[in-house]
Amino acid sequence: MSGNGGDLAYLVAAACFIIALKGLSGPRTARAGNLVGAVGALLAVVVVFVVEDLDHLGLIAATIVIGAVAGVVASRRVAMTAMPELVAAFNGVGGGAAALVALIELRDAGSASTLLAALFTVVVGCVSVAGSVVTFLKLNELMTGRPVTFPGGPVLFGAVVLADLGACVWAYQVQPDPSVMLAAAFVVLLSLAVGVLFVLPVGGADVPIAISLLNAFTGLTVAASGYVLGNTLLLVAGTLVGASGTILTRMMAAAMGRSVASILFGAFQGGSTAGSQEVSDRPVRSAGAEDVAILLGFARKVVIVPGYGLAVAQAQHTIHELVDMLQKRGVHVVYGIHPVAGRMPGHMNVLLAEAGVPYEQLMEMDDANSEMSSTDVVLVVGANDVVNPAAKTSPGSPIYGMPILTVDDARAVVFLKRSMRPGFAGIENELLYDPKTTLLFGDAKDSLTKVLQSLKVL
Amino acid sequence: MSEGMALLTVFVLAVFVGFEVIAKVSTVLHTPLMSGANAIHGVILVGAIIVTGHATGTVDLGLGLLAILLATLNLVGGFVVTDRMLEMFGRGRKPPPRADADDDRSAPRA
Repeated sequence: MSGNGGDLAYLVAAACFIIALKGLSGPRTARAGNLVGAVGALLAVVVVFVVEDLDHLGLIAATIVIGAVAGVVASRRVAMTAMPELVAAFNGVGGGAAALVALIELRDAGSASTLLAALFTVVVGCVSVAGSVVTFLKLNELMTGRPVTFPGGPVLFGAVVLADLGACVWAYQVQPDPSVMLAAAFVVLLSLAVGVLFVLPVGGADVPIAISLLNAFTGLTVAASGYVLGNTLLLVAGTLVGASGTILTRMMAAAMGRSVASILFGAFQGGSTAGSQEVSDRPVRSAGAEDVAILLGFARKVVIVPGYGLAVAQAQHTIHELVDMLQKRGVHVVYGIHPVAGRMPGHMNVLLAEAGVPYEQLMEMDDANSEMSSTDVVLVVGANDVVNPAAKTSPGSPIYGMPILTVDDARAVVFLKRSMRPGFAGIENELLYDPKTTLLFGDAKDSLTKVLQSLKVL
Repeated sequence: MSEGMALLTVFVLAVFVGFEVIAKVSTVLHTPLMSGANAIHGVILVGAIIVTGHATGTVDLGLGLLAILLATLNLVGGFVVTDRMLEMFGRGRKPPPRADADDDRSAPRA
């Protein structure tokens, strides 16, 4: 379908993508790797204009310009805290694009294998779109972050999957008759429903893993459309993303002490919603900003555990200031960073780095945990699930088995919280009722500012 | 080798490359890596351009242009947002602010 020059350029672009993925796996090479990937993509897009004999060039170019401007504006403007939502959204639109390409090719598919590949792309692309929309809503807290389950959910899911397969068989049989588009419409609708039902039962804390899996799905759809179009570059790029995305999904799940299957189907089995509901009106010890300032100011060693609440309150700079102040007083302070602090693995590191916190103060979970027993005060800012001892002690809990920061080993724990509302995973935290725990209620930024002021006059 | 067989060969080899290329990744890089991989599948733009450029009917043209719009968002937005995440990492690498940090670490644990 294209000359040798075009194929050669596609090969170079494919090599760029491999180098990009390799680069992105190491901290020193990550940024360069991303750039190599972008260069490969640019090359591929330029080449397609050169080697293909295309109509509608003006419309195509105009659409690309609009999309590119929108993409740059969206990714530049969005707050760092909303980054996971944006990744979910970009993944969804990619899946949508692949599904549309396959829909257009459906009528013209010449062989059984290309027809199957096109149907596969429509199905999985639509699952990816709908799934990404649900993850977006969950992350944005436009809908509940808790696992959404209802009686008969698994049966409904199974029924919709079967109906979807039935629609695919229908489309397969009537093709190349134009009525294939009617069948395809059913495939699209049912696949969207599958995507929604697939992600609804995933609990809030596990959403990043669902995004990663949907990302791998989208990769596979791109690979399948490459097969349909006989385009090696799409085939290679899509397969690379599908394969590496699968591995990445497993690594992310492992970092949370979960298996991918238990995340996706855990809620279906009913085990995942068993949060402890009995507490809530038990007494907690709350204190004022001055008390917290005294606790911190006279400690020898303090570990800060930042969570998403810190980011939501935009308090990264305030906490940085507080830590500087404590260090001037001779207090040894480090940040204990849970691998999934924030909304995604590594999210918190990005947020703190943005606020100018030196890399050396960020301690990974295992290192931080070995420091806990010699720590005087742990200051937990807007985090909950990642320090919840239920992950170690109560096998019925949805977060059981997730590695946590063992802040209960420290001599005292201070929680800065907005309210007694449970965390993202929706589970009560026993540690809040522990005698060595002090709570300071309020917006993280307000609270930190007050503590900072009290510390100045101490 | 038929074209189908050649594509299948490429597919299988790419699966292995995809598995091997990201063997060990620090959790800190999971999000940027996911985001970068996400950007790479935006090359579906190439496919969208091909089908749109060969579109004959108005419906196909409309669907194709929509696919181009979505794919461009994915591709351009994906790479830019990944770069923005990674930009933060380079900035953090400064000399250690406190020389006595190691002393505290070896202190006896009470």
